[in-house]
Amino acid sequence: MMEATWIAVASIVVAGVTMAVGSLAPALGQARALSQALQSIAQQPDEANTLTRTLFVGLAMVESTAIYCFVIALILIFANPFWGGAVGG
Amino acid sequence: MTLSPDAVTLWRVGSVAINATLAFTWLVMVLLTLGAWLVTRGLASQARPALPHTMVEMLVTFVLDQIRDVTEQDPEPYLPFVGTLFVFIAACNVLTIVPGFMPPTASLSTTAALALSVLVAVPAFGVARLGVVGYLQAYLRPTPWMLPFKLVSEASRTLALAVRLFGNIMSGTVIVAILVSIAPLLFPAVMQAFGLLIGVIQAYIFAILAIVYIASGTSVQAGGNRSGNGKGVNE
Repeated sequence: MMEATWIAVASIVVAGVTMAVGSLAPALGQARALSQALQSIAQQPDEANTLTRTLFVGLAMVESTAIYCFVIALILIFANPFWGGAVGG
Repeated sequence: MTLSPDAVTLWRVGSVAINATLAFTWLVMVLLTLGAWLVTRGLASQARPALPHTMVEMLVTFVLDQIRDVTEQDPEPYLPFVGTLFVFIAACNVLTIVPGFMPPTASLSTTAALALSVLVAVPAFGVARLGVVGYLQAYLRPTPWMLPFKLVSEASRTLALAVRLFGNIMSGTVIVAILVSIAPLLFPAVMQAFGLLIGVIQAYIFAILAIVYIASGTSVQAGGNRSGNGKGVNE
């Protein structure tokens, strides 16, 4: 039973840390991209369409790292592959 | 709480289990087909087209404009594929507000299938436009040493395409489920309204990325490295 406790503790703590780091870094990156894009749109409103589309594509790219972290955190909590081995025997 | 509509079995025919993903995908397909049939039924050039007709025209024009802007080519050949991707994903995501509906895009199987169809469509369009040799030569440019990197980028961008859509939509439904259990009065509705916005944006992003990949697969880089629209966007 001790083993299962450790796996649970490690999974929960690591899931939290994963979400913390994994949302912090993409948030900083996205904020930077967004502020640059806003600046560019303010300078060249005519190019707003192209800028917005490129911004969306870029944000999607940056965001995918956050999504990877989120999926891993969810797997650790709800579908931990090591949990069944420790509890089921 | 179920993470994926794959785990929900609606009914069972013999040894074949029909899960929620499959059933709701069919439902969306039927709705879209029925809607398209209803709108185009009495199609005639009138001075004042009916309202649904105008709305569908706006959608088609929007998709055509986006494709033309990204590819800088004639958008017509890409319209059926990219437009279908956009409409299907947007319909799946928007129907989330209907109670009892589980979006098929919240299942990794659906999004992986969509991403794989993009993976197949890129060489298909590339070969159709440039020929087999012309398309394959693009892998050896600027030097043959780039070949492994290009192959890895094809694989990783397909994975990213699938996981991005899955993660966004699944996180929306999971967050609503968690909120229903801890603060059931107002917050789930707010998050669901937010989820509508996310859903449409994700459908847009999926379609735009598909066009960007197709554009990079169908364009010839004549001579030097002309940095065109959307090229170099690889993930």
